[in-house]
Amino acid sequence: MVAALTLSNLKKTYGDGQVALKGISMTVEQGDFFALLGKNGAGKSTAIGIISSLVNKSAGSVQVFDADIDVDFARAKSYIGIVPQEINCSVFETADQIVMNQAGYYGIGRKIARQRTDHYLSQLGLSEKKDVPTKSLSGGMKRRLMIARALVNEPKLLILDEPTAGVDIETRRSMWDYLVEINKKGTTIILTTHYLEEAESLCRNIAIIESGELIENTSTKTLLAQLKQETYVLDLADPIDKLPDRLARSDAQSWTLKNDMTLEVVVPKSLGINSFFETLTNNNIRVQSMRNKTNRLEQLFLEMTDHVSKSNGIKPNDRGNNAR
Amino acid sequence: MSWQENCIAFMTILRKEVTRFMRIWQQAILPPVITTSLYFIIFGNLIGPRIGDMGGHPYMDFIVPGLILMSVITNAYANVSSSFFSAKFQRSIEELQVSPAPNSVILLGYVGGGVARGLVVGIVVTAVSLFFSKLSVHSLPTMVSIVILTAVLFSLAGFLNGVFAQKFDDVTIIPNFVLTPLTYLGGIFYSIKLLPDFWQAVSYINPILYMINAFRYGFLGISDINLGLSFIIILGFIVLLFVINLRLLKSGFGIRQ
Ligand SMILES: Nc1ncnc2c1ncn2[C@@H]1O[C@H](COP(=O)(O)OP(=O)(O)OP(=O)(O)O)[C@@H](O)[C@H]1O
Ligand SMILES: [Mg+2]
Repeated sequence: MVAALTLSNLKKTYGDGQVALKGISMTVEQGDFFALLGKNGAGKSTAIGIISSLVNKSAGSVQVFDADIDVDFARAKSYIGIVPQEINCSVFETADQIVMNQAGYYGIGRKIARQRTDHYLSQLGLSEKKDVPTKSLSGGMKRRLMIARALVNEPKLLILDEPTAGVDIETRRSMWDYLVEINKKGTTIILTTHYLEEAESLCRNIAIIESGELIENTSTKTLLAQLKQETYVLDLADPIDKLPDRLARSDAQSWTLKNDMTLEVVVPKSLGINSFFETLTNNNIRVQSMRNKTNRLEQLFLEMTDHVSKSNGIKPNDRGNNAR
Repeated sequence: MSWQENCIAFMTILRKEVTRFMRIWQQAILPPVITTSLYFIIFGNLIGPRIGDMGGHPYMDFIVPGLILMSVITNAYANVSSSFFSAKFQRSIEELQVSPAPNSVILLGYVGGGVARGLVVGIVVTAVSLFFSKLSVHSLPTMVSIVILTAVLFSLAGFLNGVFAQKFDDVTIIPNFVLTPLTYLGGIFYSIKLLPDFWQAVSYINPILYMINAFRYGFLGISDINLGLSFIIILGFIVLLFVINLRLLKSGFGIRQ
């Protein structure tokens, strides 16, 4: 089965010399619910811009299902629905006109366009506001309008760039439910977010971009497990030449002998330090000193959420409400 | 996209453009009607009788075709340049960019909108002119084809302006500093035969002269220039501007980083 999206060595340098993407390769499988995470300025929107033909790439290739965006651009575009990070519709047009027109741009006839417009506007709770100019819609309503607009061509791949930024908790929940529902019906979904909780509760796979590079691309489960463990570096009092068998076979802790004077152990945070000191004592290993190795991923998330809470005025703890 | 899908996309853009200028009809339709009415009153009614005949016709009848065409030119141009620029400015142009609609359809859709506004204004101005002069038709095919081709040409020119414009002022520079002078010097108010040889020769460089004269020929059957040449020049500019615009759209100039 062909992948929903394949990026190969995607690079982007903007006109002003700003390097936004340094060669990203990744694959999103059909039916996946995929999160793209990263700090402000990491390059998420740039990648999405390239996929949706809004940004010219500097190098690399993009394949959407069976269509290469350079060769079969019309077909590639017809597979995609895009919800941009920033509202990009005319302030004078009404929600109804915007969604109807979008259908028309895809070559969808008036009758079907009418049905779908009514359907998606109602699904997103905009029926009552469909005839007012978008300038009189609230921020959250405009965001929902962007989603309705992106769905009108019934895309196989829906890409949402921070769909829940600036949306109240109730609306966020109902958006999540709605996205889960359309994903279940077969639409592949990619979304960018700064909230780990959002990715955690929605997405099966997660990629993390930092400074234009892909630094992580794995399942949500694996990623969370990595976040929930701690690595300690132990400097030994006496050299050992081989990892004792009992340590090597341990399930809960993962030991590595870095050199004859240094041991490294990875433990789930829940187990605590005592657990492995016991093991050490039982094996007659004397430890001189110990330090905590920084968890790069954890560090990254701290910075990411720090950014968000600063810019949104949300206290990090508030975000706990999002977990479902 | 199939031919039929392309037609739907074209009609959608056209309908959207017409809806846009009808929504702002007080700015789009009314001002040109008032301006040309003033011309009719001042030049036609008040000053005209003192001037007497021009090219064998009452002065009022002589200036009516040029004034109609001028309003078509400025409105076709303004519609496309400001609509495309504001789509860029509000980033609603991205709605079209992410869609599979081909660039040619996007261009034709905008041009269609400009032509529609040019013709609507042209028809209203013509209707107003009936209060001041009676409409004589010498060649309807010439009249209709010239007005449509001219509207197409200036819609394309307006599109080019919209593509290059980076701020709202950029949309008014060309109309003010190029279009208006060329139109006024294009023989709306006089036959270039009245000019000294040198200025006659200079006038021939002005493409708008050819359109106004050909259009006037459709009304009165008189022209300072050769009709065939007019068509060739107009069509030539249309092809040139179409190709340039299409290439710019394809390269994403001004709309794609
Ligand atoms: N139009 C542009 N011209 C020049 N540089 C740009 C442009 N757009 C983005 N950049 C730069 O490219 C880099 C990546 O930006 P991008 O918008 O892709 O980040 P992002 O991951 O979406 O961030 P955020 O989470 O803030 O939305 C940044 O350094 C940004 O300044
Ligand atoms: Mg972004």
